Amino acid sequence: MNGVGKADNAAAEAVVWNREALSPGPEQDAVIDSVNRHITEKGFVVASLDKIVNWGRTGSLWPMSFGLACCAVEMIHAYMPRYDLDRMGIIPRGSPRQSDVMIVAGTLTNKMAPALRRVYDQMAEPRWVISMGSCANGGGYYHYSYSVVRGCDRIVPVDVYVPGCPPTAEALIYGIMQLQKKIRRTGTILRG
Amino acid sequence: MSDVVVPSGQGALGALAFALSTRVAGIVSASLEKGELVVRTHRDRLLTLMAFLRDDPRFACEQLMDLCGVDYPGRAERFEVVYNLLSVTHNHRVRVVITTDEATPVASVHRLWPSATWWERECYDLFGVLFAGQPDLRRILTDYGFEGHPLRKDFPLTGYVETRYDPVRKQVVYEPVKLTQDFRNFDFESPWEGILTLPGDEKAHETRQGLKRLD
Repeated sequence: MNGVGKADNAAAEAVVWNREALSPGPEQDAVIDSVNRHITEKGFVVASLDKIVNWGRTGSLWPMSFGLACCAVEMIHAYMPRYDLDRMGIIPRGSPRQSDVMIVAGTLTNKMAPALRRVYDQMAEPRWVISMGSCANGGGYYHYSYSVVRGCDRIVPVDVYVPGCPPTAEALIYGIMQLQKKIRRTGTILRG
Repeated sequence: MSDVVVPSGQGALGALAFALSTRVAGIVSASLEKGELVVRTHRDRLLTLMAFLRDDPRFACEQLMDLCGVDYPGRAERFEVVYNLLSVTHNHRVRVVITTDEATPVASVHRLWPSATWWERECYDLFGVLFAGQPDLRRILTDYGFEGHPLRKDFPLTGYVETRYDPVRKQVVYEPVKLTQDFRNFDFESPWEGILTLPGDEKAHETRQGLKRLD
């Protein structure tokens, strides 16, 4: 499906979709060329709707800023120019109504748990959760504390766990890319 | 009555300690401890002393930097309340220490330093020390409806309740703590059980434990 030769003779076939997020190179170029050829020859492209929807979803994952502790600093690094999540269409939002994904970055305390759940409930479907760092994954350093939730998956369903204390900005970006992969594989336009 | 350190090196602070222990009534001790002026006094005398430290031009402690509690469960009056004062005028610091127990209130200093309000709430929250005259003595850090005072030595590390989202009731609920694995307490000091060198520290500890000589 992602071979160069196959894409070349795919003129009559359906567009080879960039399903596996090809990296820049001859293979990706072949996909783009085949799409361009379709448009110049016929003026339209035939594709399946759910793939376009998934392409749209993975291309503009707007995260709810939920920085709770030091992990938030690494999350901010990922947003800032050096790692620049903007180029992937990832723009932090201050409102759960506008968000697709919640990045739980930091220690989730018992006092914060109802607020976290409320924010999650306010997010529109489809929604995803990335648990960032040891504390959000399983309580981490504060696992035995009287005031800390032993993993934010006790409060909200988690899609991707990013390990680390704190994870580097690269690790978070890798987690986001894993989430994009998951959306591409499992995403559907059917309502759950 | 008091163990006054003769002024040496830190002459000004030593002189202050001397002045406190000789001229001011109700001081248990005023001395330099590790180069810092520590004043111990009785609970009842606290407000007078604090007002003196703030208003006397020799001390001029305009700011209350910090107020904290200490728990010594073995003592008759188990709590210490520690006030750290700073004089911006003289660039010196004074530490005032008093003792109390669970039931006896300490006079609030929020009229001298309004910043004390939150510190006293914190000390009440975490230790259960009561402050008389504090108009807003409620919890500040712990969860809503929290029971107990977590920094007391007899408070269990893991507390009593934990939270979880209940999909049936559609809300975050509190339940008694159930740990899947108990907290493990390593005795690092014991020569039989102790792991004196943790993985990764081998090189640094070779010389410390005399395994390798420094030449």
